[in-house]
Amino acid sequence: MTIMDKDIGRRTFLVGAGASGLIFGFAAHDGIRLADAATGKGFAPNLWFSMDAAGKTVIRIDKAEMGQHVGTALAQILADELEVKWSDVSISHIGFDPKVGLHVTGGSWSVNWTFDRMSRAGAAGRIALIEAAAKKWGVSADTLSAKDSTISGPGGKKITYGELVKAGVPPKAFSKEAMKAIALKAAGQRRYIGKSLPALDIPAKTDGTAGFAIDVKLDGMVYATPALPPVRYGAKVKSVDDSAAKKIKGYMTHVVINDPTGSQTGWVMAVANSYWTARKAALALKIDYDLGPNAKVSSKTINDESKRLIDNTGNASTFLKEGDAEKAIASAKVRHEAIYTTTLNIHAPLEPLNATVEIRDGVYHIYTGNQFQTLAMGLVPAALGVKPDKVVLHQQFLGGGFGRRLEADYPIMAALTAKAINKPVKMIYSREADTEFDFTRPMTTMRVTAGSDGKTLTGWTHTVASSFATARMAPGFLGKDASGKKFDPFQINGSDHWYTIPNQLVLTEMNKIAQSATPSGQLRSVAPAWTFWAVESMIDEMAHKIGVDPLALRLQLLDGKGKNAGKGATANGAKRLANVLQKVAAKAGYGKTMAKNTGIGLACVTSQERASAAWTATAANVTVNPADGSFTVNKLTVGTDLGTLINPNAVEAQVQGATLWGLSLATLEEVEMKDGRIQASNFDSYTPCRMENAPDLDVILIETGQYPVGCGEPAVTSVAPAIANAIYAASGARVRSLPITAEKVKAAL
Amino acid sequence: MAKISVNGRLRTVDVDHADTPLLWVIRENLGMTGTKFGCGESLCGACTVHINGEAVRSCQTPISDVKESDRITTIEGLDAKGEHPLQKAWIAEQVPQCGYCQSGQIMQAAALLAENKNPSDDDIVEHMNGNLCRCMTYARIGKAIKRAAAEM
Repeated sequence: MTIMDKDIGRRTFLVGAGASGLIFGFAAHDGIRLADAATGKGFAPNLWFSMDAAGKTVIRIDKAEMGQHVGTALAQILADELEVKWSDVSISHIGFDPKVGLHVTGGSWSVNWTFDRMSRAGAAGRIALIEAAAKKWGVSADTLSAKDSTISGPGGKKITYGELVKAGVPPKAFSKEAMKAIALKAAGQRRYIGKSLPALDIPAKTDGTAGFAIDVKLDGMVYATPALPPVRYGAKVKSVDDSAAKKIKGYMTHVVINDPTGSQTGWVMAVANSYWTARKAALALKIDYDLGPNAKVSSKTINDESKRLIDNTGNASTFLKEGDAEKAIASAKVRHEAIYTTTLNIHAPLEPLNATVEIRDGVYHIYTGNQFQTLAMGLVPAALGVKPDKVVLHQQFLGGGFGRRLEADYPIMAALTAKAINKPVKMIYSREADTEFDFTRPMTTMRVTAGSDGKTLTGWTHTVASSFATARMAPGFLGKDASGKKFDPFQINGSDHWYTIPNQLVLTEMNKIAQSATPSGQLRSVAPAWTFWAVESMIDEMAHKIGVDPLALRLQLLDGKGKNAGKGATANGAKRLANVLQKVAAKAGYGKTMAKNTGIGLACVTSQERASAAWTATAANVTVNPADGSFTVNKLTVGTDLGTLINPNAVEAQVQGATLWGLSLATLEEVEMKDGRIQASNFDSYTPCRMENAPDLDVILIETGQYPVGCGEPAVTSVAPAIANAIYAASGARVRSLPITAEKVKAAL
Repeated sequence: MAKISVNGRLRTVDVDHADTPLLWVIRENLGMTGTKFGCGESLCGACTVHINGEAVRSCQTPISDVKESDRITTIEGLDAKGEHPLQKAWIAEQVPQCGYCQSGQIMQAAALLAENKNPSDDDIVEHMNGNLCRCMTYARIGKAIKRAAAEM
């Protein structure tokens, strides 16, 4: 799904001179009159930018700021076309606005979805300012130009944006057609796009002043933290005895949370005059539970069910069917089949989930950091039983998102607590709550079969069993196959890879036991992190089976023919991927003689989705100790072609982080479920990558001038298969289950 | 009531429980929110402050263990203008992503540079390994520490 101009096109664009300066953006509704625009009524919260009489420009950002410096990138895009001086630019973040449309930060969609919108918003502003200057001087707008917030005209005439705003800029409306007709700059004319401007959010993140949700302070605020049930999902509270808690000084009360949306179950909030007291009280509450239907579920139960599902695919949904894959494989000269698995993984953003809620005049004010306002602003009012206009979201910096903050459970928990006690409350998940009650990356079990004529691949099947996060979170986004069976596109993306194989079949089915016991969510890079784990491992396995170099086989399959020619933003797609792969392989020294027990493994991916593919490849240089299976990742070389880079330094940072996420998921992060409970609670039992685990990184950024795609996730997905393929190259051990551990390597040797 | 010295100021704080971690006293009683809660178990380093120049995990430092004579420094007091060489290096290298761990990272690194003017890569890893960055900005943290060391 790629939506580049979903806002533009639906509404009339307006530029008007309001009481406070130049205002600009979408009409509040289609019928708005220009007269309203001129007075600024109903505009202030809904605009892409505003400019005051000093020329100071505030660009409004609808995307959550969670480390990707997205506000800076979006501002660069708009400011470039607006021709505003960068030192006059600041940004502000929109809490929630239905006019944004689908209000979400995820999927590596931000720049991809907004590049056109923000470019045209800036350009329309520049045009209105130039026309205002033309009118003032009585000259044709064609004779004027804008740069650095100054318009220049014939005879050395100059006027600044601020001076124009002070004098009044006549309102100007742009129709949908007029917006589309604006000629945007060619790449060579850009001033800010492509420059590594310092991120606007960074200085405050070096001196302790950055405002995260956990830092919010309201008058009369009390604190809450949950007492946790012994199962991840499905428990009910039967009774609470707070006699011990009552002896703790500062304890106020407890609240049994009944969330009609079911985001968390069996939670009791302890409320106190400080977080520490609330925590002591939560631990002192004696709670009797009905453990519900999942109390016996373990990782093994879930895996067994997934294995049953991939062995019996009668109810599976068909995500992709081309030719007759089963027939092609049955008649193939070389056939191979393998099962690949991934484990439960925890988001563990470093800022524990939290929200502060105050009810003012019947309106719930929610201070939090959230990635999916459209969802939260649907679910929070539903949980509270109030109309949506009774909830206001005050967006803060996110101390890590990674998909965890797409969920609405934490604002709901806080809001229900505030409702029960009728006081402003800061509700903080303990690290244990954050870990044990995560919406995990799902466990997946995948079967891949492939057939070959000895030279290339002729048939391919890929069957995935997992929970369906989208069925829980946003069922409206489920897909339907040709027979009407529903499936979760965000659990299967990536299996529609860009290799030309004439016969392909991709099947997907929900594991209902997992769905109930360990409701999954979207974890950074989502499905492509498991689908490409299987795809890129199997490509490597088949290359070795038929005796073709894994790089050569990939390049041969990336022929760019048929659907893999791509179109529009993805034009030349497969060939772009081949180009990146070749550059990465060359830079990493692929094909050269290696030290003993050392190998280079390759993987290339097109995450997150075919329509917004970031053409990305990784070469992993790994040394294996054959005595015990332990291995060292010496270096990861990662290349990515994102079309157009908005801020290369910020892109590099995202690719570095995503690559280490890939390493962490591939080799370090794992948790099991036992008796319905997640068997990790803090960073001793759940162990993401630390500095000592980080290998040398070499990031190659490639620009082809095509429409920009996102960079926050794709690199994650190419690391695990590259490491597994490197381990095979170094030692002959093929590991097919994540995370890759010394024990698994040793067992495969 | 307890008396503690934070960033050069002697403060009186009213805390109900002697085992209350210094972290929460700094954040809630003193309203200084640059020091972060990450894990509560000394496992992530987000809460790192200095006590008498040494980097400590404030989440595992009960207020009852803090003496009036102890000099506590938080990220807000590392440099009056927020221009400690590490803070400047953090900006120059564009280190922070989400930023949540970075107060702790900077405080941890400041304790390293106070005793080791020219840390090697291994010194840096050894000293910084307890500080988790979930955005995994480790490569840039290492570069920024070296940049700051060169400037100092």
